[in-house]
Amino acid sequence: MSVQEALPLGGVATGQPGDFRADHVLVAEMVKPGSKVLDVGCGEGDLLQLLETRGVDGRGIELSREGVNRCVAKGLAVVQGDADTDLVNYPDDAFDYVILSQTLQATRQPKVVLENLLRIGRRAIVSFPNFGFWKMRLQLLIGGHMPRTENLPASWYDTANIHFCTIKDFVELCDAIDVKMERAEALDLYGRPLRLRMPWWVWNLFGEQGVFLLTRGGRK
Amino acid sequence: MVGVQSIPSPAITADERSHEVDHPSSQVAQFGTEQPLRLDCGVDLSPFQIAYQTYGELNADRSNAILICHALTGDQHVANVHPVTGKPGWWETLVGPGRPLDPREYFIICSNVIGGCMGSTGPASINPATGKVWGLDFPVITIPDMVRAQAMLIDRLGIDTLFAVVGGSMGGMQVLQWTAAYPSRVFSALAIACSTRHSAQNIAFHELGRQAVMADPDWHHGGYADHGIHPHRGLAVARMAAHITYLSDAALHRKFGRRMQDRELPTFSFDADFQVESYLRYQGSSFVERFDANSYLYLTRAMDYFDIAGDHGGVLAKAFAGIQTRFCVVSFTSDWLFPTSESRALVHALNASSARVSFAEIETDRGHDAFLLDVPEFFDIARAFLQSAGKARGLTAKNA
Repeated sequence: MSVQEALPLGGVATGQPGDFRADHVLVAEMVKPGSKVLDVGCGEGDLLQLLETRGVDGRGIELSREGVNRCVAKGLAVVQGDADTDLVNYPDDAFDYVILSQTLQATRQPKVVLENLLRIGRRAIVSFPNFGFWKMRLQLLIGGHMPRTENLPASWYDTANIHFCTIKDFVELCDAIDVKMERAEALDLYGRPLRLRMPWWVWNLFGEQGVFLLTRGGRK
Repeated sequence: MVGVQSIPSPAITADERSHEVDHPSSQVAQFGTEQPLRLDCGVDLSPFQIAYQTYGELNADRSNAILICHALTGDQHVANVHPVTGKPGWWETLVGPGRPLDPREYFIICSNVIGGCMGSTGPASINPATGKVWGLDFPVITIPDMVRAQAMLIDRLGIDTLFAVVGGSMGGMQVLQWTAAYPSRVFSALAIACSTRHSAQNIAFHELGRQAVMADPDWHHGGYADHGIHPHRGLAVARMAAHITYLSDAALHRKFGRRMQDRELPTFSFDADFQVESYLRYQGSSFVERFDANSYLYLTRAMDYFDIAGDHGGVLAKAFAGIQTRFCVVSFTSDWLFPTSESRALVHALNASSARVSFAEIETDRGHDAFLLDVPEFFDIARAFLQSAGKARGLTAKNA
């Protein structure tokens, strides 16, 4: 099944009940069934529930008390915690995959968090909104104000997102800390993967969000 | 002279209470000299008995048993009328048909802890060696001792693995001790408003309570039974002090504020002018009707000694290394006796052990006592946790 067929609605916007977010479907597809997964910033547990249907042993960390309690009330193994401070408590290689879905930009130390993801997990899956997306650029260039989109509606003064980056920035960070990209996907405004193997600058311009399957590099 | 109103004497006599000590209105498991309870202090307690209640039925493959561990002043009467006070069971909010712990679905067991005074052997029991009440000759017991005794009861009931062990406060300590001592016998663990160690502040409050008991001249160095009396004033003061720690400033303010008790103006005396005073006196005097003073000393001591990490080289995560038990940890925002930070330390240790753990902090102003009260968000979480564990255990939910 192609990912596209499973995506009735675009982007991060939630669809009809029972539908899963486009980026969640793509992330879940990257996870091998039966593996052990930690979802960092798991929100209300939608991705964990999707993963459970695929026989994954899923755990979650969530910052907001409301989110955690809703997850726990769904029977999910979720704890209240902060990606910036609590990942250090997990031992090396505790998980097959550690997922950071739409959360990287809200962490205080994205680099440290990313390093921790790949210490705790053999693989990491990271998705984030791409600030290099043409609409973002246009808002800044023409509108002269900080970009706001359907998926990122908050104003600059009340957003939780403090570390925005572009796909290009992220690729450079991965290279700098010796993280290997096993798979990279960019989703367009409608949540559809950009299909062709296009150069990074195209992804950086037309990808509304990036989804990356990462593993430890071999330089060290 | 300025008017003084002391705490009223209990309505129930010491005889009525002490009848439950040796002849409880519940089931009793007797352990003879061939099955001593090996205590941490080095003494073999033998013979001894454990009083317990059960609700619901054990299923054919013995996989639906839940052990409830009671708190400091609780007992085995979780969901039935209390034989001494005539009040409803202490956890009927959580246990009962349609409740998260439904006896139509689970076989629910609760035993009075060793050292207690509602039928399990404790300082108020008769020492078979002397024919007299144990009093301070009773050996000091610990939380691990309580759990060891419970494990002997569970063996006696023919249960190998408990589907769940559930408890709050001192009951939560027992839950954690169960998982540390018998990880393979606990499928899931629900630990509420508790800690893996008793804090210095909590030890301090317990010492205050014990000193209040011991300062009562009726205590007679623990030998009050020989004098046919009970240090009810000292024990009531201990209970009053402890009760404050179970609440919160906000809850006390909401419930009582500075309101006067049946009067408009202060009496310029030491009467209970304020509603909060009257309430505390009532809490103190009703407590001594059902609880033994020496038992209170022993059980508070057991909590003080509790420190799971201390038993594992100071590293908490070692206590849970490789554990397969599914955990759910719950704390309450206004609980300053067992604050969320204590639960978080436990969760960090469980994460470090790669244990499967859920952790929810519930917002309430009702303090430590919240775990005994009607807090719907807590019930939703308890229910979902047990249902999810039940699915993993292959239990079929009848009331889902």
